Amino acid sequence: MDVYLAPIVGGALIGLSASLLMLLNGRTAGISGIVAGVLGQRGERFGHDIAFVAGLLLGPLAYLMIFGSAPQVAVSASWPLLIVAGLLVGFGTRMGSGCTSGHGISGLARLSPRSFVAVLTFLATAILTVLAMRLGGWL
Amino acid sequence: MTATAFRMLAALAAGLLFGLGLAISGLLNPAKVKAFLDIAGAWDPSLIFVLGAGVVVAFIGYRLAFAINKPLFDDKLHLPTSTRIDPSLIVGSAIFGVGWGLAGFCPGPAIAAVSLGLIPALIVTLAMLIGMLAHDRFAAGKG
Repeated sequence: MDVYLAPIVGGALIGLSASLLMLLNGRTAGISGIVAGVLGQRGERFGHDIAFVAGLLLGPLAYLMIFGSAPQVAVSASWPLLIVAGLLVGFGTRMGSGCTSGHGISGLARLSPRSFVAVLTFLATAILTVLAMRLGGWL
Repeated sequence: MTATAFRMLAALAAGLLFGLGLAISGLLNPAKVKAFLDIAGAWDPSLIFVLGAGVVVAFIGYRLAFAINKPLFDDKLHLPTSTRIDPSLIVGSAIFGVGWGLAGFCPGPAIAAVSLGLIPALIVTLAMLIGMLAHDRFAAGKG
């Protein structure tokens, strides 16, 4: 698919997913919050959240069935770096009440000032982190 | 079928669309995410269109949902209630951004990529779950 068409189609599907979840269940599509629901932080949401995560896992497999090949996933980070990154992502998204989906898609679509601040903050530190890695010769 | 079963089916379908969208958009690929964040290198801005298209479609869907003001399978909308821009929001988001930049994985893609049998995605996901539990166990409410 075209280099710009693919992000637009994929993004639209993500927006459609968020829309359906709100229209049908009245819930925001925030992955970190949904995972916290699965971890047992919010009992009444458990079934709903585990179903969403099951669907999320099926998504790349649906891609495989539709396009006949797996989506490209290239990881350059070492195992220790992956562990540190994962710990920071987990802790940070819980502390900041959301991630790229909850703040980035659902929050911005609700025109939430909190989410605007969150998105600008995590984009800035992510860009600075990659810049620091580039300057340090780790890229 | 009970309302709970309908809600679970809807969540399953939404999750599948979300995962498929991640795979098609390129956001599932950490190499592409890092190229998007690498503004001083060979910058690949294409992922901004994922956010743009996602927000526009969700904005329209949400307007509709807020106008109806009652979800099909539930009694009411469950919207975030906090409106305060507090230190937790900013510090937490800043920490998340560092982790996102280090490996190129945010929560959705990390989990979704596990189904492709990718060990790095599994490592990030497990570490992420530990980070979430650590926050909720030890830091929640103290920030």
